[in-house]
Amino acid sequence: MLTILFDGIAYGMLLFVLACGLAVTLGLMNFVNLAHGAFAMAGGYVTAVLMNRSGVPFLATLPLAFIIPAILGLVLERTLYKRLYTRSHLDQVLFSIGLVFMAVAAVDYSFGSQQQLIQLPVWLQGRIDVMGVQVGLYRSFIIVICGALVVALQLILTKTRFGSRLRAAVDDPRVARGLGINVSLIFAATFAFGSGLAGLGGALGAEILGLDPTFPLKFMIYFLIVVTVGGTTSITGPFLASLILGIADVAGKYYVPSVGAFVIYTLMIVVLVLRPQGLFERAR
Amino acid sequence: MSTNIADYVRTTLVRRGRWGISEIAFWLIAAATLYFLPERHLILNEIAIIGLFALSLDLILGYAGIVSLGHAAFFGLGAYAAGILARDGIADPLLGLGAAAIAAAILGFVTSFLVLRGSDLTKLMVTLGVALVLGEIANQASWLTGGADGLQGIAMGPILGLFEFDIFGTTAYAYSLTVTFLLFIIARRIVVSPYGLSLRSIRDNPLKARAVGIPVNRRLVAIYTLAAAYAGVAGALLAQTTQFVSLDVLAFHRSADVMLVLVIGGVGYLYGGLIGAIVFKVLQDVISAWTPQYWQFWIGLILVIIVLAGREHLTERVRTFWKGMAGRSAKIPETLPKPSAREV
Repeated sequence: MLTILFDGIAYGMLLFVLACGLAVTLGLMNFVNLAHGAFAMAGGYVTAVLMNRSGVPFLATLPLAFIIPAILGLVLERTLYKRLYTRSHLDQVLFSIGLVFMAVAAVDYSFGSQQQLIQLPVWLQGRIDVMGVQVGLYRSFIIVICGALVVALQLILTKTRFGSRLRAAVDDPRVARGLGINVSLIFAATFAFGSGLAGLGGALGAEILGLDPTFPLKFMIYFLIVVTVGGTTSITGPFLASLILGIADVAGKYYVPSVGAFVIYTLMIVVLVLRPQGLFERAR
Repeated sequence: MSTNIADYVRTTLVRRGRWGISEIAFWLIAAATLYFLPERHLILNEIAIIGLFALSLDLILGYAGIVSLGHAAFFGLGAYAAGILARDGIADPLLGLGAAAIAAAILGFVTSFLVLRGSDLTKLMVTLGVALVLGEIANQASWLTGGADGLQGIAMGPILGLFEFDIFGTTAYAYSLTVTFLLFIIARRIVVSPYGLSLRSIRDNPLKARAVGIPVNRRLVAIYTLAAAYAGVAGALLAQTTQFVSLDVLAFHRSADVMLVLVIGGVGYLYGGLIGAIVFKVLQDVISAWTPQYWQFWIGLILVIIVLAGREHLTERVRTFWKGMAGRSAKIPETLPKPSAREV
């Protein structure tokens, strides 16, 4: 029972790291980016390829799994995404679906359609017994890393100059620009950072979520649930939403496997209908 | 004064409702393919079905401005309804079509209340969620739907008791084309009616529409239900003509594909879906003959390019061309609403 709770929390934390970049682009920058999972997949593949082909140790691949998707995100933002900020949501949806299709086929072409397996270092394998609860070492590792990231993000967003600039740029780009804030630079940096985080999440999650070319499509809905249910004005909303989703998903799969994802989708619809602004948000 | 306006509206609508030469030519050519392209009837059948499916999406997206990422829910429900009926011995195709339309319309009516609220994003998520839930149900209820193995053992009777389905797909194509044509005429009649006009005003500005006394929610519920029924019929046609239904009919990529089809052809005029279906299917055929495994990449690329090049701009071109062919009776160009970026 507690083990399931623990696994659920680890899963939820992972979902949060994967999705928080989307919370920024979708929630703060108001861009419906269905291709977010593609960046996560990029991070996962960076780790998998480096480990399996070049023998780089797991931990050493993680920074790269952050940096490469971040650069990818930056390039795409500068060249393509930025043209679409002011376009209709339909355009954004179509554009990002197109990107997903391309990413799926391109990865399939380059690395094959099979699952990518990664071998965790020995000290992260296995489970230990903490006060009668079976705790997976790797999952504790994920919780620690993701927890640190959550705190850091919250601090960056609320305490730093960059954070207040970002919030200003989002609230009213025109006025922010008038005050001398370089809005497009901030958007680009944020987008790159969000993509990087997704990549890191993809690398950390390769072991738990599985990694194959259809990753962006499979998890797209989860990311969207986190963001739409969590609401988009703060970090805490999506964070709580991912924890709930993670625990519900793990527990659901364990106790009532026949019902499957049904409950989650239904819950999502109910939440969205009752509280279209998200669960943890005051209605505007 | 008011009668003058009423007269003006009436004459405008009547003029819009008139059939242009190019429209008649379009359907004549479609009918002619029945005789001149006998070896292509299987793919033409698919084009007709996808065209009808895209047409139904156009009704809600292009005319009422409801964005949907889950239109496959109705398509799939229609396919399963028709398929299950046929498997259980009710082999009359038209009966199956009617049942599929009713089933999809009921689902559309019920779920329409969910898409009345919220922003574009909420609508996207809710429609997507409905399709996913339906997909899960179809997957789990394998006693009814065959689950992941698909629905097998569909045997269709002859249409109207006269025309048997043949292996070349000729009957199937004629059947799908006729149904699509009939439904197209109805849709055409609807969009040039005052009701269709009110839908467009809702799409362009819901607030103003409400202010001038249009019952916005009732209109949206009606068109959503109708579009659902159309999608259900398209699904039923697929089930009946291929005699097989799999979970694929409810999959996400089907909702995405139909959106792509509509976007290729152009949103907001009825031929958009049909033209898009032709282009899409031909493209798919060509690309997958050339690179069978990776054709999605090129479809994705096309989508990205269309959006970057300016979707409305392209559609405008097609429409101007269309208008030039058809003279003054063609549809007046309308642009899709551009919701402001701060709507969520």
